[in-house]
Amino acid sequence: MESTSAGAIALPARTRVHYGMPVSMRLLALAVILALALVAAIRLGAVSLSTTALLDAVTGRGDASTVAIVRQLRMPRALQAALVGAALAVSGATFQALLRNALAEPYILGVSSGAAFGAVATVVTGWSMRSVWALPAAAFAGAIGSMLLVFRIAFSVGRALDARVLLLAGVVVSSFLVALIWLVLTFADTESVRSAIFWMMGSHAGASWRSVSILATCLVPSLAVLFALARPLNLLAVGESTAAYLGTNVERTKLIAFAVATLLAAVSVAVSGTIGFVGLVVPHAMRLLWGSDNRALLPCAALAGGAFLVGADTLSRTLAGANELPIGVVTALIGVPCFVWLLRRPAAL
Amino acid sequence: MSSSNMSWSLTDVRFRHPGAARDAINNVTLATHAGCITALLGPNGAGKSTLLQLMLGVLPVSSGDIRFGNRPIAAWTRTALAREVGVVPQGEAEPLFTVREMVAMGRYPFLGRWQRERESDATAIAAAMRRCSVDEFADRRLATLSGGERQRVRLARALAQEPSVLVLDEPTTSLDIRHEMIAFELLRSLRDDGVTVVLVTHNLNLAARYADDLVLLHRGEVVARGQPTSVITTETISRVYDWPVAVELNADGAPQVVPQAFVGAST
Repeated sequence: MESTSAGAIALPARTRVHYGMPVSMRLLALAVILALALVAAIRLGAVSLSTTALLDAVTGRGDASTVAIVRQLRMPRALQAALVGAALAVSGATFQALLRNALAEPYILGVSSGAAFGAVATVVTGWSMRSVWALPAAAFAGAIGSMLLVFRIAFSVGRALDARVLLLAGVVVSSFLVALIWLVLTFADTESVRSAIFWMMGSHAGASWRSVSILATCLVPSLAVLFALARPLNLLAVGESTAAYLGTNVERTKLIAFAVATLLAAVSVAVSGTIGFVGLVVPHAMRLLWGSDNRALLPCAALAGGAFLVGADTLSRTLAGANELPIGVVTALIGVPCFVWLLRRPAAL
Repeated sequence: MSSSNMSWSLTDVRFRHPGAARDAINNVTLATHAGCITALLGPNGAGKSTLLQLMLGVLPVSSGDIRFGNRPIAAWTRTALAREVGVVPQGEAEPLFTVREMVAMGRYPFLGRWQRERESDATAIAAAMRRCSVDEFADRRLATLSGGERQRVRLARALAQEPSVLVLDEPTTSLDIRHEMIAFELLRSLRDDGVTVVLVTHNLNLAARYADDLVLLHRGEVVARGQPTSVITTETISRVYDWPVAVELNADGAPQVVPQAFVGAST
């Protein structure tokens, strides 16, 4: 009924989207990048390894100290960075779809401040000295506790789960916990303050095969649940009533997706502290490249998030010589310019 | 597409928003006719959109009974309803989807969780895009389209559902004359193909020309319903809209409302 309008012809070529490669090729390309990042992470460090030395160490044939460095330090550390990056990116992508808000990120429901409160409590009370698991356990408990509190507040306001109320509850609970953290730290000794602040900046230095296996155990089923919700998430990204009219049980979908995305963030924060910008920038980058379809976006974000964080962790270990930079500093130094660039892009994209 | 028993029957429907002082919908009894265009009319706040939400089962009635296709609306699962009823709602966010991706969402109710688009889905998507003339920009992102084009994409998404009933909430608000007429012509041709159409609109004149059945709501109650000539009268429209109007008949015999300049107190 409408012939080609003048507007359609005059539009610049880039407004037409040709995604270029099919989803399977995108996933393959990102998987290759992740694999290369992992190999680089295991090779580079205070002792850099050749490919043959690396293969020897992995198969256990090299000299004992190299085998130990590779198998006990670098491999679990690289894998932990990959898993945490994947978890944060998928969590962020999910929150952005659920809240229809470009600024949503994995810690939006107070997860990071809850975890930080748990961590600070163990540091200040000295429990973190008794067991290596005390701090991650307390951080996880804090994250889940603050999430439950945020949900409790959101549900007490209205009958249905209102995304805006949830967002506000997250902000308020976060501010409250941050105030508590500074209150506690005011009375803490210098060493506690120092280790608390270091934890809050995030690090993969504590990685072990056990933390990797805990992460993987949580990540695999969580990713499966979110991938299964990809179509309903597409609809929710358009609108809640649209989703209902196209066959989605909106309240149930939101509750499951919020809970799983928060769980991913909570587990990540518990093992590696708060690492910013992965959950914000990686999903945006994938979306700008290949669009909002969550069936492709979620797996792409998982692979790209993993590769990004492995790369950032390798830089944090190698840039400053013997000193290790906090990984949160590296991701933010890369993430903030990316974010500014995103904000400055024409909104039409 | 046609399925003759897919229509609504509402009996003594009341709805009150939680904490509100009065009923938003008060004692509405109504039946829609399959194969017709039914227009819900009324001033702002009359309860048109609320009634639509009750009919679509996204708001629960406070009392009374709503049946669709001879089953209580609450007994329909969202998926089963989405296979019969295509909805063009008001106000949507615009994530980075292409036109085709957006229209393809109309097939979601027919696909299993992990199921890929089938040949029949692709055919339905292509036909819906063609019918709404959005096929020529299938690969463009929504944000690059004009308001009229975007509205046609939403309509195409609803048509991709191959619905027996199409529900539209103010589909032509913010459209210019040409695009508004295109939309109403399309609704008429869908009706001729056997699709039942229910729409909320503020355009009394086009409703009078294109709809078979008008329902005029005022403060949550049905104050007039039936053929355009019986609903659109000088007395009724002036009273309900609280503004003096004159009603003339156009060449087709459809009543046309002409609002008058305000002179003192209205009727």
